[in-house]
Amino acid sequence: MDRILPFFVIIPVFSAVSTLLVSRWERRKFPRIWSILTVSSLLVLLYFIWDKGVLVHEMGGWKAPFGVVLVKDSLTRFMLLIINGVALITLLYSYSYILKREDYLRFFSLFLLMLAGMNGVVLTGDLFNLFIFLEIASIASYVLVGYDIGAEELEAAFKYLIMGVLASMCILIGIAIVYSVTGSVNMADVARFIETNDIVDNKAILMATGLFILGFGLKAGFVPFHAWLPDAHPSAPAPISAMLSGVLIKSLGIYPLIRIFYNVIPMSPVVSNIFIFLGSISMIVGALMGSGQIDIKRLFAFHSVSQMGYIIVGVGLGTPLGLIGALFHLLNHSVFKSLLFLSSGAIQSSTGTRNMKKLGGLRESMPVTSGSAVVGALSISGVPPFNGFWSKLIIILAAFQVKNIWAASALILTAFLTLMCFVKFQRHAIFGEASEIVKRSKEAPLPMLMSLVILGILCLAIGLFNQTIITNIITPAQEILFDKGAYIMSVLGNVGGG
Amino acid sequence: MTLYFLDFLLFMIGLYALVTKRHIVKKILGVAIMEYSVNLFLILIGFKMSGTAPIMVADMDFATFIRTAVDPLPQALVLTSIVIGLGTLALMVAIAIRLYERYGTFDMHEINRLRG
Amino acid sequence: MEKKVESGMSSIVKTITSVMVGFMMLFAGYFILFGDEVPGGGFPAGVMMALAYILITLAYGREFVEKRVSGITASKLTDVGVLIFLFVGFFGLYFSGTFLNNFLQNNESLFFTSGTIIINDVAVALTVGMSLYLIFLALAIFGRVVCEGSLCKDLGRDSEEEKE
Repeated sequence: MDRILPFFVIIPVFSAVSTLLVSRWERRKFPRIWSILTVSSLLVLLYFIWDKGVLVHEMGGWKAPFGVVLVKDSLTRFMLLIINGVALITLLYSYSYILKREDYLRFFSLFLLMLAGMNGVVLTGDLFNLFIFLEIASIASYVLVGYDIGAEELEAAFKYLIMGVLASMCILIGIAIVYSVTGSVNMADVARFIETNDIVDNKAILMATGLFILGFGLKAGFVPFHAWLPDAHPSAPAPISAMLSGVLIKSLGIYPLIRIFYNVIPMSPVVSNIFIFLGSISMIVGALMGSGQIDIKRLFAFHSVSQMGYIIVGVGLGTPLGLIGALFHLLNHSVFKSLLFLSSGAIQSSTGTRNMKKLGGLRESMPVTSGSAVVGALSISGVPPFNGFWSKLIIILAAFQVKNIWAASALILTAFLTLMCFVKFQRHAIFGEASEIVKRSKEAPLPMLMSLVILGILCLAIGLFNQTIITNIITPAQEILFDKGAYIMSVLGNVGGG
Repeated sequence: MTLYFLDFLLFMIGLYALVTKRHIVKKILGVAIMEYSVNLFLILIGFKMSGTAPIMVADMDFATFIRTAVDPLPQALVLTSIVIGLGTLALMVAIAIRLYERYGTFDMHEINRLRG
Repeated sequence: MEKKVESGMSSIVKTITSVMVGFMMLFAGYFILFGDEVPGGGFPAGVMMALAYILITLAYGREFVEKRVSGITASKLTDVGVLIFLFVGFFGLYFSGTFLNNFLQNNESLFFTSGTIIINDVAVALTVGMSLYLIFLALAIFGRVVCEGSLCKDLGRDSEEEKE
């Protein structure tokens, strides 16, 4: 059954390449239907391997510390569900999204390459393989951000590109330092080496820790590494903004941090304090700077920075409850942030503007779009019974459990700032007097509306059924992170202790 | 040890060019220098002074092989990393050309329409 | 007033290029064939192939090359290279259980001394070579692309009057 694992990378790459070979057939219909079929088949494969426990696939037949392994455990299947699910809904949305540059073949092929890279990042059990898949996904996203080659898009793509290359270089130096200390790049092997030799306080490991936080934090968009995010996410086309803010900054930024600092290098008090500090600053700075924006996509992008701070505070608290809250907030943020970005794309393609002062009274001319935008805004502000409320509550409770008053007060303050900001968004854009631009616009096309409605229903359903989801999906993921011995044993077999 | 210091100096030169210069092409050259220094660091980890190539000829026994050969794993990692750097550099140059068409200038201080 | 521009460079450059390109391709083939024993492999072979094509383009001019290997053909050959690599990996999965496993015996014949690595090297050389050639074409030979609204046209190198 572990033979299925490489297909999560093979199938998107094959679809991406075969999309480019089509020349004379339908240039518009073929890539869209083909990519939707691809991601649906990936979700079917995920359903087959959901309950099978820990699966380890050795590529090329080489055994674990010498060869590259693909590992699927509970955290991996959780991330795969989020990545492929959001990708399917975004592809459904982009069925009828009109790009400014009419080169649809390359758009969908790059989208599928980015998806292949993200699947590879969460599936791999080897540090250098993680770096390679991270580069595949990052380079595809650099091109996709500047896809409508206007002036501002290119400037945003250039800034994102330079900072992303800097992050990749820091990650590579970190991997080199870890290799020089432990003699292996396999994650389980490094974990076993650190544990048996008890070298957590080694200066080299500490430097590698700092470099990893720098590199992966830049990919995730914490403060002070957030400078590319408010430029890149608004300038991208709307489905790419949803993918970037919904899954890319999580699977390329947060997932490697969780995997490395819980399973490979154990969580020390220094790292925990750094995470809580950076997370609190990210939350407050993101929410404060977001309240002064007029462009709705730039507002959403700043709040992405703020919500990433929530997740990393939950990770940095180090308790099981904190980790459950962080993973649940990761799931919720994917759902409601992609809902918000997709609805802003629908608003932009119907009315032609993203300026909040010029929109107003959208609920009369675009009822479904504005309804789903309201659902998204209520979810991110943390209003019950939508899903944002439960995950924020769990993280705040975890902060009180550890008696960390600064983190808890930062969390509550940010919740108020977010609520205030989104109330302002709703008042300007959705309710209120209809302006001339809005009066002339009509509702978005049907595939866009279907994806928005699906995401809105998911927000409500995750909020109502949160107990089921936490016990079945999230708690196993959290347990595998705390149980380092089981991870090492299942990857390396019975070689050595653990 | 001096090799590592020189490599770090190369990295700092590239970082200086990236941060201080205003011309886009000079920033791209700074990034290229930094990539070279990172690849060199990766190779230096597996380097032995007066070591041989990690190919085992027929009449060598295993102990001498381990004692004298350089480490082959970083070399494989660097091969991939060079090609990734090449692709990223090509993308940077292409974006820089199109930026010149849109803004009319190469000066990075004037390409700042996205602010706030 | 029509001025007949002779495309490409002078005839000395053309003669020497036509001799050197053969040796460059031979060098690339040597890297592919013996890449498992001698330092080399897929990547330098691809770079030599791309350099050969770039040299022909510089010496003979754009129109000569576009009749033989155009940008579209190069783009398709890149995809073919990736597909060959994926199929080799898939056959490894099908025959021997894990992805990219070696399903040919390690015999001492001329080609297959290390199993499937040579097929992977051919695929990598094709992909890398055609990609680098395509990058060169896109940066230097293809003209400006002007997009107004949804209409993008590719201006050639000598249409100076259509600059925006």
